[in-house]
Amino acid sequence: MSGMTTPPSAALAQAEAAFRALRRQRRFATMLGAAILLACLLMAGRVSEFYPSTLIAGAPRIGEYFARIAPSLEWGKFFAGAETEGSLAFWMYRLDDWGLLLFETAQMAALATLMGAVVGLLLAFPAARNLGLPSWMSEAARRLLEATRTVPEIVSALIFVWAFGVGALAGILAIALHTAGALGKLFADAMENIEMRPWDGVRAAGGSWFQACRYAVLPAAAPDLLSYAMLRFEINLRSASVIGFVGAGGIGEELYKVISFNYYEEISAIIVLVILAVVCIDLASEALRRRVIEAVS
Amino acid sequence: MSGVINPGGHVLSAAEVAAWRARMPAAFGPSGAARVWRWLGIAAFLAWLAGTLWWFDVSPQRLWNGLNGLGVIVRLMIPPSPGELWVEILQGLAESLAMAFLGTAIAATVAIPLGFLGARNLATNMLFRFSLRRVFDGMRGVDQLIWALAYVRAVGLGPLAGVLAIATADIAVLAKLYAAAIENAEKKQAEGIAAAGGSPMLVMRFGILPQVAPIMLGHALYFFESNTRSASILGVVGAGGIGLQIAERIRVRNWDGVAFIIIMMVVMVMAIDWVSQRLRRRLIGGR
Repeated sequence: MSGMTTPPSAALAQAEAAFRALRRQRRFATMLGAAILLACLLMAGRVSEFYPSTLIAGAPRIGEYFARIAPSLEWGKFFAGAETEGSLAFWMYRLDDWGLLLFETAQMAALATLMGAVVGLLLAFPAARNLGLPSWMSEAARRLLEATRTVPEIVSALIFVWAFGVGALAGILAIALHTAGALGKLFADAMENIEMRPWDGVRAAGGSWFQACRYAVLPAAAPDLLSYAMLRFEINLRSASVIGFVGAGGIGEELYKVISFNYYEEISAIIVLVILAVVCIDLASEALRRRVIEAVS
Repeated sequence: MSGVINPGGHVLSAAEVAAWRARMPAAFGPSGAARVWRWLGIAAFLAWLAGTLWWFDVSPQRLWNGLNGLGVIVRLMIPPSPGELWVEILQGLAESLAMAFLGTAIAATVAIPLGFLGARNLATNMLFRFSLRRVFDGMRGVDQLIWALAYVRAVGLGPLAGVLAIATADIAVLAKLYAAAIENAEKKQAEGIAAAGGSPMLVMRFGILPQVAPIMLGHALYFFESNTRSASILGVVGAGGIGLQIAERIRVRNWDGVAFIIIMMVVMVMAIDWVSQRLRRRLIGGR
């Protein structure tokens, strides 16, 4: 080995030293990160009153509470009538009322999605930066959309309950406001991603700005827009099921009532129904979404 | 004369147009049946819309009155002011942040073993994995606010209920994401350690964990961001944090205080987003 300036053993030692230094550095960084994390955790625990003593005192009560919520079903009487304790019908004894409330909740979500999508679509055209509008206009539209989607739905629902009165309308408008902000941004982004040649064609043929939006932008972006709107419907269904907690309609009001009054088994019954409804609508909406997108594009 | 001028200047006669219509009917608009279906669809949609609006008692009168009321509220919100309870608001914000952090940390820790259990390449028992996933799906379907309300009943008012609600709601989703990350991990390292005689524990620790740890941390940070948003509203049902104060102020119609808190909430969420995004980029990029 003539070309080498250092003997192999020295090179090995050097490499070993470099490796050790690197490992020490990595270890130090990891330890530092862990220490910061631990400090943050301790601080967070202090601020949120998450003390071991309260947790140990509370743990049995948590177990007891969820055990009482669980339905007392018995296999022998599972399909017996509504009068027999332990049967499915006894557990779900108000299925008709709850079914209607769930239907109402779904209608609230659908209406809110529709309203939000329409408002979001109208704001998405000025918010898209590629449609030849002045940049202050798109900035303003984007800030407006951001403002509407940063306020949580529950907070706007609380405010709307004062303005529009207790009931489904307040909830629908609160969800619609949030939806307009969220969908408007997604719509604008989808419009920015379209092929611009149809737009140039319509403009060159003498089409107005509105005609270009209608015949060049909308058909190209339609599959994306529909897909986003239907995904949003699934999200809104979840929101609509809890927005009743503040008096804004839907199954949430009933759920708030049974939890507050400790009607233990009714709590689990309603929650199971909500989960079932959400899962069914998710599946149906996914199938529908695929078909609609195939039909449009 | 009846005819269409094409770009070349040649005038198509009516007979030619008819011939083209016969050859390519689709180019002249939808056929009769399609048109009927379209109108039926529009009619059904309008009927649904009218029916729902009637059911929810939405009338122009009611909307107008509500918008007027909203206008009054917005006017009362300006200028936003904290009132004399600065300290209380800051405390509420800190409480929300602490709830989000602790809840995410607990969920992220509990989700690691669950993720290993749920991963297809490690858990070989089909039935066990299937039932675990169904339980996850069920837990995921329950909104955080519902968990919060239930925990308030179980452990009392306060941030502890909020921490537990955030942790419970997120365990399932995080475990699912972790399981996916583990399934996608490169197998060669794990095989190497197994071939060198490493036990299954060693395979997980040195073969899989180093690959998935940055991804897991990234997911946890992302959930922390989203939980900062939700922790700020859990107080509406009594689970601690800034939400309690906003609900109280709305109840007594202290609108300028409400506006101030909303602005503070938005600022906090944006700050956390910024910090977390930078951390995530460092974690994932510096792998």
